[in-house]
Amino acid sequence: MPTIQSSGTEEVHPDLLLVNQAREGDVQAFEKLVRQYDRQVFRIAQHITQNREDAEDVVQDAFLKAYEKLDQFQGNSKFYTWLVRITVNEALMRLRKRRTGKMVSIDEDVETEEGSMPRDLADWSPDPEALYGQSEMAEILRKTIQGLPAGFRVVFVLRDVEGLSTEETAETLGLSVPAVKSRLLRARLQLRERLSRYFRDRSKEGAK
Amino acid sequence: MTCSEFLAQLDDLLDNEVAAPLRADLEEHLRGCEHCVVTLNTTRKTIEIYRTHEIYELPNELRERLETAILAKCRKC
Ligand SMILES: [Zn+2]
Repeated sequence: MPTIQSSGTEEVHPDLLLVNQAREGDVQAFEKLVRQYDRQVFRIAQHITQNREDAEDVVQDAFLKAYEKLDQFQGNSKFYTWLVRITVNEALMRLRKRRTGKMVSIDEDVETEEGSMPRDLADWSPDPEALYGQSEMAEILRKTIQGLPAGFRVVFVLRDVEGLSTEETAETLGLSVPAVKSRLLRARLQLRERLSRYFRDRSKEGAK
Repeated sequence: MTCSEFLAQLDDLLDNEVAAPLRADLEEHLRGCEHCVVTLNTTRKTIEIYRTHEIYELPNELRERLETAILAKCRKC
């Protein structure tokens, strides 16, 4: 079994220790990894499949696949990024199964100019979060992001919500770095545009 | 600098990846363009809001159930 070498100066990521233990058959070590990342995996699965049951299945399948493939995990990438890649693939598979016949692709570029130029230029309320209650806010955010094309949504989620780097996002989705960048910009601008409807500063309205 | 040129740098600006000389140009544009100030601030807020709000909560009960199922399968393989 190959051991992961650390260069001495950099610390070994705690995940890596757990991965090594799990490889040796320590299921409890793997359990720690599951508990560490199941919320994120569920969230990504929900964002992609937009379906609760599918998301539950994806969580199970992704962790199981990760467990089976632990030997193929290369210590030079982060366990989390590797797990996200498995999750994205599983989620896309579910999505395709459910929408047979309908094209589901995140690879092709999304041909839309929508949101590439801001139109709603009204400023927002200084504290938009104070305008809505928690559950109302969550509903607004869900509705808004669900309206994005899948190819934009997944880039935004990985990059801005889950905190992957541009390079990691590109690798995970099999996209080029420029493609990720262009989608991210449009995703951000489209979300901003759509949220403006809810968050604009009403006190300034009419005061031209 | 035009607004389109500014927008082309918006992501790098938000991600803090703009080198000093270009940053100065962008800041100069911002001083004279209220629209881009609004776009920058509200886009930043958009990202922050999505980052801080859990919109797909995994309820504890479901979480336990999933974890149990996953580990039971792992033990078998
Ligand atoms: Zn401008």
